[in-house]
Amino acid sequence: MVGILFWIHAGLAIASAILCVTRRSPVASALWLILTLFSTAVLYVLLDAHFIAALQIMVYSGAIMVLFLFVIMLLNLGDQLADDIKGWGFGRPLAILLAAFVGIELWVVTKVAPDAQLLLPTGAMDEMVSTEGAVGLIARTLYTEYLIPFELTAVLLLAAIAGAVVLAKRRV
Amino acid sequence: MLLGPALGVSAILFSIGVLGVLMRRNAIVLFMCIELMLNAVNLSLVALSQQLGVDGQVLVFFVMTVAAAEAAVGFAVIIAIYRHKETVDLQDLNLLRG
Repeated sequence: MVGILFWIHAGLAIASAILCVTRRSPVASALWLILTLFSTAVLYVLLDAHFIAALQIMVYSGAIMVLFLFVIMLLNLGDQLADDIKGWGFGRPLAILLAAFVGIELWVVTKVAPDAQLLLPTGAMDEMVSTEGAVGLIARTLYTEYLIPFELTAVLLLAAIAGAVVLAKRRV
Repeated sequence: MLLGPALGVSAILFSIGVLGVLMRRNAIVLFMCIELMLNAVNLSLVALSQQLGVDGQVLVFFVMTVAAAEAAVGFAVIIAIYRHKETVDLQDLNLLRG
C-alpha cells in the first residue's frame, strides 16, 4: 500500500515538475510547482516526516508560492507569453553526457545502502513519532543540539526582511 | 524500505530543476526551478532521516528558512531590476558583458 502510494505521488511530482519547467505562462508554471510541492509532501508523510510535510504545505505551498504569484501579478507578467524557452544550440552533446551521468548516479544510488551500523532498526522512526509526537521529536533536537543554528536563523530572517525592504523601496 | 526509490526521485526532480535553470529566460521561472531543486534536496534529506535519525529533518527545517529568505530577497532584486529595465528576461540583462 505504501509502495503504491509512493510511486503514484512520485510520478505525479516528476510529471508536474516537467510541466512546471516547460509551460510558457509563469502562472501555469507556479501552479504546477504547487502540485509538485504537494505530492512531495505526501512522500514526506510516507517517509515518516509528518511535521515536515505539514511545514511543506504551509511554508512552501502557502507562503512562498503566494509570494511568487504575487510578484507575477505585481509585474503583470501573466499574459506575457514570449518564447522564453531556449533551444538546444550547441549544448546537445553536453546535455546527453550530463544526462548519462545522472542516469549512472541513479543506478548507483539504488544499489548502494548506507553503513548498516548507522541505520536505525526498521520502524524506529515510526515508533519515535508515536511516543514523542511528530513535533516533539524535531523540537527536542532543534532546541538542544541545534540551538545556535536555530538562533542564527532568526538573524538571517531579520537580514532578509531588511534587505528586501531596502532593495524594493524606491527611496530609502 | 523506500530509501533507494526516494533518492532516485530526488535526483530526477533535481535534474529537472537544473534543466529549467538552463533552459528558461524568465527570471521568476528561474526562481521556481531553484525552489524545485531545494525541494529535491529536502526529499533526499527526509528519506535519509528515516534511516539515520531525526537530524535530517532538522536540516530540512533550516533549508526551508533559507529558501524563504532567498525568495524574499531575490524578488526584491527582481522588482528593482524591473523598475530600471521594464523586463525580467535574462537575455536583456547583460550589463556585465558590456
